[in-house]
Amino acid sequence: MSIELKNVSKKFGEVAAVNSVNFSVKEGELMALLGPSGGGKTTVLRMIAGLEVPTEGDIFIRGKRVNDISVRKRNIGFVFQNYALFKNMNVFKNIAFGLKIKKWKRADIEARVTELLKLLGLDGLERRYPHQLSGGQRQRVAIARALASKPGVLLLDEPFGAVDAKIRQELREWLVHLHKDLNVTTLFVTHDQEEAMEVSDRIVIFSKGNLEQIGAPREVYEQPVNEFVARFIGVMNVLEVEVRKGVGRVNELEFPAPTQPDGTRLRIGFRPYAVQVSPDLALYRYRAVLRRTYFLGIMLRLELELPSGLTLRSRITKEEYALLGLRDGMNLSLQIRTYRVLAREGGSLPPELQTAYEHPPTIAEHI
Amino acid sequence: MAEKKFNPLPGFGLTMGYTLFYLSALVLIPVAALFLKAFQLSWHDFWRLTTDPRALAAYKLTFGASLLAALVNAIFGTLLAWILVRYEFWGKRFIDALVDFPFALPTAVAGLTLCSLFAGNGWLGRFLVPLGINGAYTRLAVIIALTFVGLPFVVRTLQPVLENLEQEVEEAAATLGASRWRTFFSILAPTLFPTVVTGFALAFARAVGEYGSIVFVSGNRIYETEIAPYLIVIRLDQYDYHGATAIAAVLMLISFAILISINWLESWASHFER
Repeated sequence: MSIELKNVSKKFGEVAAVNSVNFSVKEGELMALLGPSGGGKTTVLRMIAGLEVPTEGDIFIRGKRVNDISVRKRNIGFVFQNYALFKNMNVFKNIAFGLKIKKWKRADIEARVTELLKLLGLDGLERRYPHQLSGGQRQRVAIARALASKPGVLLLDEPFGAVDAKIRQELREWLVHLHKDLNVTTLFVTHDQEEAMEVSDRIVIFSKGNLEQIGAPREVYEQPVNEFVARFIGVMNVLEVEVRKGVGRVNELEFPAPTQPDGTRLRIGFRPYAVQVSPDLALYRYRAVLRRTYFLGIMLRLELELPSGLTLRSRITKEEYALLGLRDGMNLSLQIRTYRVLAREGGSLPPELQTAYEHPPTIAEHI
Repeated sequence: MAEKKFNPLPGFGLTMGYTLFYLSALVLIPVAALFLKAFQLSWHDFWRLTTDPRALAAYKLTFGASLLAALVNAIFGTLLAWILVRYEFWGKRFIDALVDFPFALPTAVAGLTLCSLFAGNGWLGRFLVPLGINGAYTRLAVIIALTFVGLPFVVRTLQPVLENLEQEVEEAAATLGASRWRTFFSILAPTLFPTVVTGFALAFARAVGEYGSIVFVSGNRIYETEIAPYLIVIRLDQYDYHGATAIAAVLMLISFAILISINWLESWASHFER
């Protein structure tokens, strides 16, 4: 194990920022700490780096307990959200700073910096000062500086937070490639679930200082352990239903719940892609009006209003939209293919359920 | 046709014209008048008036004491600004307000206060004079008074810059293995230096022009504790207008030269920001 946290807690005064967190990062893994702002993920990262001291618990880096080792001796590379470059030093000196402190020989420093400049696509910029660089370049200088002395682990705090959307996309791909090339254990903090899903091998999800779930992107998406994860990873329609005679109801919608006693209130969740629509009003069980279409590129999001006033979100492809000939204001029929009861059973949420009123697949599934 | 740049402030012509008028009326014309008056003297007279031993001693004291006082302020003002920005402590607001005191206090009052404090029978002088430290009617007194009036300049120039320093930069240095000292000398000091120099220049300029407090604390002994501005007043009292303007002209030329060098130093030190 490259990094291991055992029952780590952090309190700032009376405020608990991190509650007894346990997880480990494997050697060479690219892992994301994901959660909403104030979830404690940055605090976890800073504790691993040694910039914060845990109130309780132990942190191990490569099997060695580091609680009492100062940040200066931990041999970690840390990339700050706002880069924190030394503005009085040019790119070369920024990258060489850590090596000088570790008393590398001048020739070795020069060779290492040159190597990093090349690796990070910064050749020719070594005499520039930070204020003469673009956001993306600054970011790469910060990463080069953190990597210079070959740290055991690389920690990045919201690495793509401060650059614009286009560059962010490029940097994500670039980080994946860099990680593949260097194979250094990398842990990064993000509040962007898409970024975490796209970039990392595994994701640790935090909320309010608690570790909610650890798993591969697909795992946390398909098998969320609780409602928080289910709603945070991807979009989800969530409804509260009341069970009567084995069926959970809210307005006109019905969800089979044969094992639940009468009067139970359940929370039901389903992904937008599980909501299918058709202009053929006889095809599906429910009726809805298409209130608004949001174009997201290849995918479209539909806002559907049921006769009772309930609003659901659906997601379909551009082709499907065109084939069905949808327009805002149209009357449609609708079904919910799969859903999930958002209540813990044992350690995780129960698996997805099929609705009993299954109709023939829509035309879209044949494209 | 050259593209016209949009300027949110209306009327460049008007504002620039006013700026020039303002500068001329307040600064350029009085300075020009001073030089005109001084140059009515023959070269020989000018030389004689400005290089007589009494004048030379006065320049030496004025510039020497001003530079020393500005230097002391640069060091301790930096320390004070650092403490005011970086630490939370009881009475911080009060100390912060106290820094502006030398700005507001009539300098004559400051002079009298310092004088009575450091004189042989004063609160501090009582203990210091027996030790051979005489802070009244000596050159040391001049330096003390000039340090007092220049203090706010360094502190107030540095404070906003210190507040804008990112804590993360120091943390970054720590993650790279740098000690607190190393971080201070390699990163913080070079970053702050240009601002300290600016504060130094302001404190120095203020000290060269200081008159009110010095007349009280220095004793104004010829060749010893007489500052140049005081000598100018003496000449004026003697209706020696030419003598006064000649010394004033020299005072200005030297000040100007020193301020230009300080400016150059500052721009050299902040080369990484351009």
